[in-house]
Amino acid sequence: MKVAVCAKQIPDQANPAKLDPLNRTLDRSDRLILDEADSYGVEVALRLVEQAGGGDVTLVSMAPRGETGGLRTALAMGAAGALLVSDDDLGGSDALGTAKVLAAAIRSISPSPDLVLTATESTDGYTGTVPAQLAELLDLPSITFAKRIELEGGGTSIRVWRQTESGHDELCCTLPALVSVTAGVVEPRYPSYRAIVAAKAKPITQLSLAELGISPDAVGAAGARQVVTGVVAAEARQGGEVIVDSGDAHERIADLLQQLKVI
Amino acid sequence: MTLLDRVWVAAESATGGPSSATLELVSGARGLGKVVELFTWGDEATVASSADVLGGYGVTRVYSVGDIGPALPGPRVASGMAGLIWAGDSPDVVLVGATYDGRDVAGRLSAKLDRPTITNVVGLAEAEGPRLVAEHAIFGGAQSATSQFTGPGPGIFVVRDKTFEARPTEVSGVPVSVVPVEVAELGRTSAAQVVSRHVETQEGPKLDEATVVVSGGRGLGSPERYALVEELAALLHGAPGATRAIVDAGWVAYSHQVGQTGKTVRPTVYIACGISGATQHMVGMKGARHVIAINTDRDAPIFGIADLGVVGDCGVVLPRLIESLRARG
Ligand SMILES: Cc1cc2nc3c(=O)[nH]c(=O)nc-3n(C[C@H](O)[C@H](O)[C@H](O)COP(=O)(O)OP(=O)(O)OC[C@H]3O[C@@H](n4cnc5c(N)ncnc54)[C@H](O)[C@@H]3O)c2cc1C
Ligand SMILES: Nc1ncnc2c1ncn2[C@@H]1O[C@H](COP(=O)(O)O)[C@@H](O)[C@H]1O
Repeated sequence: MKVAVCAKQIPDQANPAKLDPLNRTLDRSDRLILDEADSYGVEVALRLVEQAGGGDVTLVSMAPRGETGGLRTALAMGAAGALLVSDDDLGGSDALGTAKVLAAAIRSISPSPDLVLTATESTDGYTGTVPAQLAELLDLPSITFAKRIELEGGGTSIRVWRQTESGHDELCCTLPALVSVTAGVVEPRYPSYRAIVAAKAKPITQLSLAELGISPDAVGAAGARQVVTGVVAAEARQGGEVIVDSGDAHERIADLLQQLKVI
Repeated sequence: MTLLDRVWVAAESATGGPSSATLELVSGARGLGKVVELFTWGDEATVASSADVLGGYGVTRVYSVGDIGPALPGPRVASGMAGLIWAGDSPDVVLVGATYDGRDVAGRLSAKLDRPTITNVVGLAEAEGPRLVAEHAIFGGAQSATSQFTGPGPGIFVVRDKTFEARPTEVSGVPVSVVPVEVAELGRTSAAQVVSRHVETQEGPKLDEATVVVSGGRGLGSPERYALVEELAALLHGAPGATRAIVDAGWVAYSHQVGQTGKTVRPTVYIACGISGATQHMVGMKGARHVIAINTDRDAPIFGIADLGVVGDCGVVLPRLIESLRARG
């Protein structure tokens, strides 16, 4: 079984970009890391391949400056190799532009994957539309917001538990297909030191837009066809009184609830 | 400001009539376009009864792709919309709710038409053109951006719930026409089939409609402690909510999640128990009229938006609060 997993590489959210105190430019020395949201897809893919008794996991990523930090993490987890699309013309891509690039990269995988996995939304961009766009571009059925995936029919179809507003649905789908997985579906494995070292030798194939046959004006800022006209800090709410509980704080809460007439 | 000529709204399925998200969207669409039309699916009787309700909200026409059986709506609805648009019968914009099925429709339609999407929309207004300006949260809700489409339409806006208020029109008895839409062969894209649906029965008011919401986070310490949250919510005739941290950990079902990927709530009172106050959580609850927070950490961000903050252990404060409220009757 061949699984392609979209792996977005993003700045470390715990360590946001900061200004360099010396020259007041954005400090870009921090490497990109694997979006935690995609680590679940990697884990699910590895388990499905194990369950199928053979096959491999290929990572697909679009990132600036040929960044591979996040891909190395996913390779250490057990993925066999990665495709990385990096091109100066990709800066400012919107969700559809990103989906076009990822679709072209996935199409270049031979033999083509049985399953394409993504996260439901990326941690930094969180448009949540890339998965369905990608499925449409690849002419695949899609099941978004999956909590669990199992192989059926000797590996020819999948059964998926899909989160819904009021519970969950169970779905069946023949392969190939695209599935977006929610966070927390599985515990992503922690790569061993040996795996981390071994991952350094795994192949990362870097592709340019020209190699994928994509015109630069279809993607990047040129292809986005939308402009941000303003950015403001979100309306801040004022904090009120903060008290330290010394045994009677519950009475203060109860008083307030009574005052607000909710009891 | 000039109104757009025509706005399409992609509906959410809802047994027993249009969902609140759909009614919110069509109410908002009325302020943006001269004509508001809805796109939906379902058997004839369901669609016809939905159409009756929607007429009272200013919808003049309901397009239906028909009964979809066990298929997912995304491919069929997107294909129905694209078919009309390709035939020259296009709206100026398409509004889609930020729900599971909504995102599927938006993504597929965007790829089919080669038109961009603006997502996480929390406000829409007319600009010159006529064009719409969308307000959307970025950086997990820490900042708010305004964006516009620059190319040919229709642009697709994915709108969060509670962006608009559901308001019926004053005029009544306006007839709504139901128009069946032919859908081209979907091929492999519709191969996914629902084999069973599991609905969690829930007592009390719905999370997004409750006047009191009591939510729990990782600070509860254990899944068993969530019972305290449920008990307090029941006592206040409210609904229990949760952070993604405890939903992901499997303590409670996803339907309880409040925040960026969960529900948006606007209760009179929101009580946050053991919740740090990450931007992605606060984006879903900062519209609450009053916020009460209990957290052991004096520096927890949640205190920054709480009217009353209690630095304390919710394992201690909650049982006492429940007891005190019971005593007050
Ligand atoms: C793309 C994306 C989408 C997201 N969407 C959502 C979303 O929709 N909703 C959401 O909630 N989150 C969302 N998150 C996650 C969010 O960033 C936070 O990780 C999450 O909200 C934290 O949950 P928490 O407050 O329960 O846990 P923590 O952040 O771990 O906070 C626990 C708090 O409990 C306090 N505490 C500990 N012990 C006690 C005690 N005994 N009594 C009282 N307090 C105690 C601690 O001081 C701490 O402040 C999203 C994240 C991403 C990246
Ligand atoms: N640049 C990228 N490289 C690889 N995968 C991506 C990229 N952008 C988006 N994805 C995938 O699409 C999912 C949804 O992204 P988004 O629509 O941005 O929320 C992500 O969680 C990833 O799985």
